[in-house]
Amino acid sequence: MNADHEMERRQELRGYSIGLVLAVLLSALPFAGVMLGLFPRAALIWIIAIAALCQVVVHFRFFLHIDLSSSHRDDLQLILFSLLIVALMVGGTLWVLGNAHAMMG
Amino acid sequence: MAQSVQGKGPSHIGIRLSNSAPASHREEARTQAEEALFGFWIFLMSDLIIFSMLFVTYATMGHSLAGGPGPHELFDLSSAAWETVALLASSFTCGLATLAMRYDRSLAKTLLWFAITLFLGLVFLSLELHDFMTMASKGGVPSRSGWLSASWALIATHGLHVTSGCIWMLIMFVQAAKFGLDPLVQTRFMRLALFWHFLDIIWIGIFSIVYLLGVLS
Repeated sequence: MNADHEMERRQELRGYSIGLVLAVLLSALPFAGVMLGLFPRAALIWIIAIAALCQVVVHFRFFLHIDLSSSHRDDLQLILFSLLIVALMVGGTLWVLGNAHAMMG
Repeated sequence: MAQSVQGKGPSHIGIRLSNSAPASHREEARTQAEEALFGFWIFLMSDLIIFSMLFVTYATMGHSLAGGPGPHELFDLSSAAWETVALLASSFTCGLATLAMRYDRSLAKTLLWFAITLFLGLVFLSLELHDFMTMASKGGVPSRSGWLSASWALIATHGLHVTSGCIWMLIMFVQAAKFGLDPLVQTRFMRLALFWHFLDIIWIGIFSIVYLLGVLS
């Protein structure tokens, strides 16, 4: 029982450490890219967007422990539903205000 | 020996009771902990919606400088980078604090890791305060332009969340000192950890959209 306990602990610690390493890499890449001007501007915009999305996934997976296992299904469904609401509100706002801007500008 | 009330392997809901507690109590504690954490997730998602609306307001105000200073003059990327380092490190130490609480059941270790988390949170806040004062001294006050109103609202809302997280942590220190690591204190620490990790996720959006894309535009 104690060995199980120790193994679980090590497994969780490994999860946090993997999360930290990935998050550091995914933050360092866009910051270094912009501050040192390593890439052309269009490429940088893509790098920032993709690194941010990946880092959000890394944080959810390794720090907030949201995965596809059935014990976290409720949390996952709540998050996905909230993301749907966010997408509707953000998309709708950008659409309406973008149109207003274009027509009045 | 210590026994996880959640028997299904590693889980963030592995609140531990001593083995002397009857099985029915452990079962009850687990259900309560799961419900409390799920309720807290609902709060976090409503918070996510507030932040999304602040982000989209910021996006619609992207070009509304009204002749005032813009991201190039106002933002200091190295400061934002250090804030990112502080917050990310605090997220990690916060995770270590929950591990110390759930596996070692050591009050001293748990409080030590949470104290380091609090310190890193305060480092973040002082850097942010310094940023705000630098911006204001260069004429970048919230009333100057639509873009400045939107950026101050977004960044300061996140900053206030971090501040309330720090206050919450101080309150938890008092509770832990008074009650020890009883199941209620443990679930509260777990919720605090969720809140803290969540704020780090919001910060990813802020440094990517406001700082990095702002300086590129």
